[in-house]
Amino acid sequence: MDDAVVSPNRSADGATFLSRRGLLKGGGALVVGFALAPAAGFAQAARGVKAGPPDYHAVDTWLAIHADNTATVYTGKCELGQGNQTGLLQVAAEELDMGMHQVSTIRLDTNITPDQQATSSSSSIHRGAPALRAAAARARMELLARAAARLGVQPGSLEVRDGVVSVRGENGFRKVTYGQLLGEKPFNVKYDGTAPVKAPNEYRLVGQRPARVDIPEKVAGKYTLVQHHRAPGMLHGRVVLPRGQRGFGVGAKPVSVDETSIAHIKGAQVIRKGDFVGVVAEREWDAVKAAQALKVVWRQGEPLGDHNSVHARMRKDKTTDTLIANVGDSAGMMQKAAFVRGSSYQCPYQSHAPFAPNCALADPTGEQLVIKSPTQDVYSSRKQVSEVLGIPEEKIRVQFFEGSGTFGRSCYEDATQAAAIMATQTGKPVRVQFMRWDELGWDNYGPAHAAEVRAGVNADGDIIAYEYDGWQHGWTVTSTVSDSARTKAGVERASGSGSITVNPISTGSMYKIADRRVTSHAAPMVNYLRGAALRSPLDLSFAFASEQTVDELAVAVKMDPVAFRRRNIGDVRWLDVLDAAVKAANWAPKVMGSETQSGDVVRGRGVALGTHHVSYGAAVAEIEVNRKTGVIVTKKLYGAMDCGLTVNPALVENQMVGQMIQSVSRVLKEEVTFDDNGVTSLDWSTYQVLRFAEHPEVTPVVVQRMNEPSTGAGEEVMGATAAAIANAFFDATGVRMRQFPMTPERVLKALEGQQRT
Amino acid sequence: MTITIKVNGAARSVDADPDTPLLYVLINDLELKGPRFGCGLAQCGSCSVLADGVEIRSCQTPISDVKQRAITTLEGLPALYAEQRKLPKAPDLHPLQQAFIDEQALHCGYCYNGQAIKGAELLSKTAMPTEAQIRDHMNGHLCRCGTYPRIMKSIQAAAAKIAKEG
Repeated sequence: MDDAVVSPNRSADGATFLSRRGLLKGGGALVVGFALAPAAGFAQAARGVKAGPPDYHAVDTWLAIHADNTATVYTGKCELGQGNQTGLLQVAAEELDMGMHQVSTIRLDTNITPDQQATSSSSSIHRGAPALRAAAARARMELLARAAARLGVQPGSLEVRDGVVSVRGENGFRKVTYGQLLGEKPFNVKYDGTAPVKAPNEYRLVGQRPARVDIPEKVAGKYTLVQHHRAPGMLHGRVVLPRGQRGFGVGAKPVSVDETSIAHIKGAQVIRKGDFVGVVAEREWDAVKAAQALKVVWRQGEPLGDHNSVHARMRKDKTTDTLIANVGDSAGMMQKAAFVRGSSYQCPYQSHAPFAPNCALADPTGEQLVIKSPTQDVYSSRKQVSEVLGIPEEKIRVQFFEGSGTFGRSCYEDATQAAAIMATQTGKPVRVQFMRWDELGWDNYGPAHAAEVRAGVNADGDIIAYEYDGWQHGWTVTSTVSDSARTKAGVERASGSGSITVNPISTGSMYKIADRRVTSHAAPMVNYLRGAALRSPLDLSFAFASEQTVDELAVAVKMDPVAFRRRNIGDVRWLDVLDAAVKAANWAPKVMGSETQSGDVVRGRGVALGTHHVSYGAAVAEIEVNRKTGVIVTKKLYGAMDCGLTVNPALVENQMVGQMIQSVSRVLKEEVTFDDNGVTSLDWSTYQVLRFAEHPEVTPVVVQRMNEPSTGAGEEVMGATAAAIANAFFDATGVRMRQFPMTPERVLKALEGQQRT
Repeated sequence: MTITIKVNGAARSVDADPDTPLLYVLINDLELKGPRFGCGLAQCGSCSVLADGVEIRSCQTPISDVKQRAITTLEGLPALYAEQRKLPKAPDLHPLQQAFIDEQALHCGYCYNGQAIKGAELLSKTAMPTEAQIRDHMNGHLCRCGTYPRIMKSIQAAAAKIAKEG
């Protein structure tokens, strides 16, 4: 198997991966002996020969039943390390009444798999599972009809276990397997949602905790990543970009390229298309050296300013303002409040910083240009490559292979397009990998955010007025490579679906506030940095500002922050996540910041709520602050999440651990830095992320709701975690941090301010 | 030029410039899937391998520097473990790899080449490492997905298992 997936000949059409079966046979231990592809069989022979997407409503698009009574499940959402393939297999196996050991998936492929759009917004189960569930239910109905005919009974008298259909009450006397009924042949039926799906109380697999199907291969080093692919006659490519992007709209425009500067490097060749510059070479190290040696004079843009002044600049900019929420009379009620608390907040640009720089392999030697890509959306990538190259989409096949966690739109489109350009120009397969500085310097960053929050409370502890004003710019539609190759200015998605505005859910919606106003101020992105969705987009910023304000109100009325939130929460689901988190933390009620602590190291606990879209998150943080060095150490985190029906609580717990650790990283350390000439945080020493020695203990709690629709679980406890840490800082020091990341330098400055007053 | 290196117990000859980082030889010439490129700057640990049992960053190690040293990659970790423990036969997985599965530790798993190499190095030197020792030893290996707590648990579980097996 190891050999099969590396071999370009056998993997080039993706067919190898049709046979990924039996992974968990042997009780979860590693089993590497996969059967190689069942090449015959109508259902699979037809699959993949022409450009997709296949018919969304055909059962065959989603499922194939094999003669050995196993099934291949074709999902439209890709595995990014979140474990969604396991969860989606559970959903399919549940409706089919098969076991987990009988089902497997293949990787996304524009010639094969359904178009379910991007694997983003934590949508795999939320929006990816319903169609799969409906198709599997329809498949089961069809299989039961065939079994009834075969066995000469009514479908209603049949039962299924592990893909074996038998007559109820006969103790297995008459039985037939799915494989015998259909083995390799197509269903040739469509699903329309009328086939009955199971009720939650009938679930045998959904809600259980089967192990992740991808982990054994990953641990053994046998999992095929996009980085592992090679092809005969392949060249290695690298993009050539300035070190660190300049302002959006300027892009990377070469004034001159001195091709003689790499003449000394064996086989190195410059590739240009419009303003795009890249190099290729036969040996990877030669490509790396050539990309660094190539002399390019770049056009200078307008001075960028810097990361410290960006918030003031956005607030002065000519913005497009939108009322996101406006109920009652917040300004009037603010006058009637016993206490009003509010402040300005500054939140940084942050990078996706995928651990693996993006990588793609494009092969132009067949009928289609075949591209192996770590994209979160194979069909969108195919369309974008089509636009860059000016060839029809049908002539392009994009196959997804995992790189590392991307956390949103890192540079995967750039790597994909760069490989496509280089491959078509050289006529050879080209593997492009970004260098660390390319990835950190030319990311589509999570935008910076400035906020102005004010809220009022009455003497009884009811929040009676709330106002949130937030400033940020939008997200890029196009990629750096596309802009360069087509010599077009980048396009900003400033309004409408997919643009970033202040999220009304994260800004006070969890509380019963009759008079509330939330305003989004969108600055035009020109000459800021490239923006895009970064995991839990801006929710850390919203929660950092909003939940600190709520905490200040609790202090003003001398209430415990948990009791204060319980009093003001308007929804039992928010209440339940809060209760679950504080119970796990064994929370002792107190007024925040009311203890005076001596010594250099002081301790604090904080609590907060937050989410991304529809799920519910709560967190408690325990931290230590060293008043002498300014270093914050997060000791323990407790998080609770309600994402409706949790298909696999173990997957969600693992996601929550990752979310909470990443939140610590983002609220304490991560910041894209830049000066007039461009981005300066280009490696792991200048773009700091949380390190092993700094990690807290994490306790995740899933609040299971079997009868509620499943909602996202990949980002919804991040805001609460960030804000809980900020609130814990106040508890420890009596000082509020209005800006993150809460670096030692900023902490010392904040504490110094306290001593002066 | 032709250079011979010893990788996972076998002598391998490759045609490469002596300044080529070992990583590129391992992944391109020997087609190994364990070590991988993360930063090229020795900052992250994705590319880690063992050289005579000591963890090194293959992205910053010229191939000419390792001609006399026995290189072990993720693929060779079970065999090295068997050699160190004087077992008659290599297990399918190093106990730490098995612990990663048992703890369902990883997300994307890209950094787990380095986590496994560095963790195995620790376990070969320190039978029952304390939490502080683990934190200190593993601090040069980044995990962007945030799975540190489960790496910690996995190392502790593997240590306990190795100790139990004597």
